[in-house]
Parts: sequence; structure tokens; C-alpha cells
Amino acid sequence: MQKQKRKIDEFLISFKLGFFLAIRQMRRSNKATTALIIFIMTLTFLNLVVVRGVLIGIIEGSTEIYQKYSTGEVFVSELRQKSYIENSPSMLETIKTLPWVESFSPRYLERGNIEADYKSRIRLTDAPNSVGAIIAGINPVAENNTTDLSSKIIEGKFLSLGDTNYILLGSSLLKKYMPMDSASFTSLRNVKLGDKVRIKVDGNTKELTVKGVIRSKADEVDFRAYVLDSVLRNMIGRTDYNVNEVAIKLKAGANPIVVKDALLNSGIGDRARVQTANEALPKFIIDVKKTFAILGDIIGSIGLVVAAITIFIVIFVNAITRKKFIGIMKGIGISAQAIEISYVFQSLFYAIFGIGVGLLILYGFLVPFINTHPIKFPFSDGILVAKAGATFFRVFLLALATIIAGFIPARIVVKKNTLDSILGR
Amino acid sequence: MSKIIEVKNLTKSFKTGDKELVVLNNMSFEIEEGQFFSVTGRSGSGKSTLLYQLGLLDHPNSGEIIINGIKVSALGNEERTKFRLKELGYVFQDYALVPELTAIENAAIPLLMQGFGKKEAYQKAEKALHRAGLTDRLESLPNQLSGGEQQRISIARAIAHDPKIIFADEPTANLDSETANQVMQTFSELNSGGQTIVMVTHESEYARLTRRAIKLGDGVIVADGKPENVI
Repeated sequence: MQKQKRKIDEFLISFKLGFFLAIRQMRRSNKATTALIIFIMTLTFLNLVVVRGVLIGIIEGSTEIYQKYSTGEVFVSELRQKSYIENSPSMLETIKTLPWVESFSPRYLERGNIEADYKSRIRLTDAPNSVGAIIAGINPVAENNTTDLSSKIIEGKFLSLGDTNYILLGSSLLKKYMPMDSASFTSLRNVKLGDKVRIKVDGNTKELTVKGVIRSKADEVDFRAYVLDSVLRNMIGRTDYNVNEVAIKLKAGANPIVVKDALLNSGIGDRARVQTANEALPKFIIDVKKTFAILGDIIGSIGLVVAAITIFIVIFVNAITRKKFIGIMKGIGISAQAIEISYVFQSLFYAIFGIGVGLLILYGFLVPFINTHPIKFPFSDGILVAKAGATFFRVFLLALATIIAGFIPARIVVKKNTLDSILGR
Repeated sequence: MSKIIEVKNLTKSFKTGDKELVVLNNMSFEIEEGQFFSVTGRSGSGKSTLLYQLGLLDHPNSGEIIINGIKVSALGNEERTKFRLKELGYVFQDYALVPELTAIENAAIPLLMQGFGKKEAYQKAEKALHRAGLTDRLESLPNQLSGGEQQRISIARAIAHDPKIIFADEPTANLDSETANQVMQTFSELNSGGQTIVMVTHESEYARLTRRAIKLGDGVIVADGKPENVI
């Protein structure tokens, strides 16, 4: 017991003296060198957090797009074995009564064919300029209130309530925006605003004028064509007003799970699938999200090793060049522990300052800037995902790696024979 | 006077290639408490090697060193460090100050290591600096001070914790004669106060200022007695 107490006392003395020595060595060391080391630590920290954050952000941006322009926060769709949601009008009434709902957009969907240049086609054997697509029948006002889809118009204008003769095309249906041609995938060639196209749904045909082109970077949106709900309803004879899906936008702060549960409790689950936006994500996006997180972790781990090696080299060079003084300190009775602690403190200071500057750059500039100016990737608008929990876990990892990387070289040098160190042997 | 250092059959050798170079050969002697003791001899005679053995900075090949009744040659590294901290003080030829620490901080570190609070350690360090002859520039870094001033800090660091013995390795070698005389004067004053001092020097004029001297040659003591008789 006595021995243990003595050990603790000795450790506390070494700890205090280690801090004392570290502070003075840092304060009186070369400022440019210190700044350079802190800069390297900052870059390492940013590498650790930002690379992963951007990788995840690419997919996060994509999922946000899905949520914003396609599903809303809660998404109701037909059951797998059904071709529409039965008794939709009463379901829509129920949705309307929920206090958390800001707006919602019911959609009619039907697979169809869109053909252009049919008037100039000379022979029936000539390949038609056509594409298969999901035709979505929407109420433009409800849709825009819910998904702000009009903001994604890249050519022309969004639909209005009286636009019974107009159609919006998703950009992926046009060769201009999806320059891919294969036997299994076709797109419309040379279709411009104002051109007439013919849509064929359920054996019914209607000629419509192209009013606009939508590009949201969400496949669910960009591979569709949009007409007024009344137009599609008439074409497919959906006189019962049963819809295929409903995107629901919630009021700020509302919990999608609560809304989903409320809908399920009302019995809607018997005739429709109710999902939160995350649940409604296509599986490949979830897989890509996981893949990018793993990639981010691998790159981050390499960054962590680089940081540890950097600190190791810095502390080792520092300790080797000060070998004589370390020997002298040991010679006059300063414990090896106190000297090692002084180096651990130094590396910790580098880490704390480096990480501190990194956190300032991250949350003071990068996150708000990239969130307001997303990085334009081909399939999403990438944001920087830097959640506090994950960031502080990386702060902890980097600090730990730094402490170990500072301790090992200090120990190597401190363990050398005292007299050899003093005499520079 | 009681014996403060006893050296029995001390041998230290180094390997140089295939050869074994015996630097200290079966050496025995004693030093009394309160002695001002000098070790002299020509270059390579083993003066510094002897000091490193006595000061527990190195391990002898064989033999015993007993300081203040403790067989220190048998202590492990950790015990040796603690013993050096509490019982011994060192003055090195090149001052050996920590460059990032001010004069007072350099003098205070052995005290801080002993567990003294900062205030008390600084008070004792300041007192030691005054005893060593440095009354101002206590907040200066070593590179802002002259060689003589740095050696005074080194002496202050050695005496600040009231050690049993001070070991000084060629303390005047890097100093001009006036400063060297001042340093020797400080040592004499400390010795007058009862401080045991063991000093290695190749300068006979300073060895003469001690009270007992030994002269080394080929690893053995060739003369031992009053400095004027030995040198």
C-alpha cells in the first residue's frame, strides 16, 4: 500500500515536471517549426475527417436529393402485388389530417412509351425515336409545394394546372443529357422544347408538347416524364382516383418515424407501403453509402498512420538532437518518466493545436460553405458530412496516435545510457 | 570526520576492438565528509572515468562504491537516479544547462523533481544562485549569459537541494582565469560551510586550492595526500 502510494506520488511529480518542461520547450522552441508541425497536424485532421465526409457526402447529397425531389420525408407507395393504392381518396384524407404534414403530392404512375419524330418517320421498318418511361401524373401545385420540383427545371417551364397538352421530360430520357446508346437502353434524340411527342399508355395515345426538362440527379425523377394527373388518369381510366404513390413533406422538426407510425396505425399499412425517406432509398444507394464509408475509413486510417509517423519523426529528431540534455537531466536525477511525459505533452500540444485549428476550419468554414455550395458531382450534389460524434471519435483517435507516436521515440532516447547521452556517444 | 565515500577494488575497463583497456585498476581509497577532494592526472589517466563511477553515472566492472554507508554500486538504475537526485550534485565542464530553461528554472528542476512546490523550489533555487554568486539575470536563458554566469547556474543547480557531495568535472576548463578563480572561490566557500566536493581537474593551480588530492596514472593512484605534495 505504502509502495503504491509512493509510486503514485512519484508519477504525479513526474507528470507536473513533464508538463513544466514541455511548456518551456514549446514556448522557447523555433516558432516556424512549431507552426509547421501544427499545420501538418491540421492537414492530417482534415484529411481524416474531410475526405471521409466528402465521400459520404456524395451519397448523402444523393439521398437528400431523393428525399427532397422524389419521396419527401415519408413515402407511401403501392404494395408489391398491387398496381395502385386501394381506397386512395380516404388515405389522402387521413394524410391531410395529420398535424405534422406540411404538404403532400399524390402521383399516378404508368409505364408507357414516348415517341418523337413520328411524323417524319418514312418507313415502319425505320427505328422509331422513342423511349420507354414511367409516366407520372401529378398535380403541379401539390408537387411543387412538396418537392420543389420546379427548381430542377433546366430547360423550359414547369407544368401549370391547365397544361393538359404539355409534358415535362426527365433529362435521362434525352440523349442530349444521357449520351448512351445500346440495345437495352434508348433515349430520345434531338427533342427540343416545343416539340411534339406522342405518349402511349395502356393502349391509349396522346400527343403532347414538350414544356420543360427536369434534371435533379435522382434517377427516380430524371427517368420519368410528367403530365397532369387528370391527363394520365383519363388515359389509364383510373376513375376511382386511386394513386400509386404519395410523397409527404413534413413540418420542420417533425419526426418521420412518428408520422409513419401514425399512418400505419390508421390502417393504411394494409393497402400501401409506408416508409421513411431512408427506408425508401434504393438498395444500391445504401450499399454505395456503406462502401464509401469503408473507403473513407481506409483513407482516414492511412492519414492516421501518416500523422503518427510525422509526429514520431518530429519527436525523434527533437529527442535525438537533445540527447545530451536528456542525459544531463537524467544525470542530475530527473526521472525517465518525467522526461518521457514532457515529450508526450509536446506531441499532445501539437495534436490539440492542430486539431483545434482543423475544427475551426471544418465547422467554421468548410461545412457551412460546402453545404451552401455543394460540390457538383455527376450524380449528386456532394455535401460535407461531419457529424459531431464521428468527428470527435477521430479527434480521439488522432490524439491517441499522437501520444503513442510521441512517447515511443522519447522512450527510445531516454532509455539510452545516461553517460553515453551526456558524452554524445 | 566520518567517511562519506569508500571505494574498494574498483575496476573499470572498456573494450576497444579486440583489446580490453583497463582505465581504473583495482583502485581503493576513502573520502571523508566535508573534504574538498581533487582528482588530477594527465589526459587519459582515468580522472573523469573515476568521477563517473563515484557519481553513479556509470557502472564499474567490479569493486564497490559505498556512499554515506550505502553500497551504491549495487543499486539498480532507478535507485541510482533517485540517489543522484537526493544525495549528489553535479557541475559539468560545459555547464550542461537545459537551454530552454531560465537560470532560476535550471536551478529549480532537481527541487521540482524532489516534489517541492514551485514557489518553494524557486525560493531555494534563488538562494542557491545567490550562494553561487549570481544575483541578477535569474530570468535569462543560458545563451544570454556568459560562460562564468552559466557555470554559476550549474553550481547553483548542484547545491540547491543540499546534496551530500558535489561532483565537479573540470569546472574551470572553459573559463577565463578570472572567472575560474571566482568559481574556485565559490567552491572553497561551500567547502568551508561543510560541503563535500570531489573535483576532477588537470589544472594544478586549482587542484592546489583543494584540501586533498589524488593523482592517477595508468589506472592506479600514483599519489595521494596534500595537493602541494601530490602535484
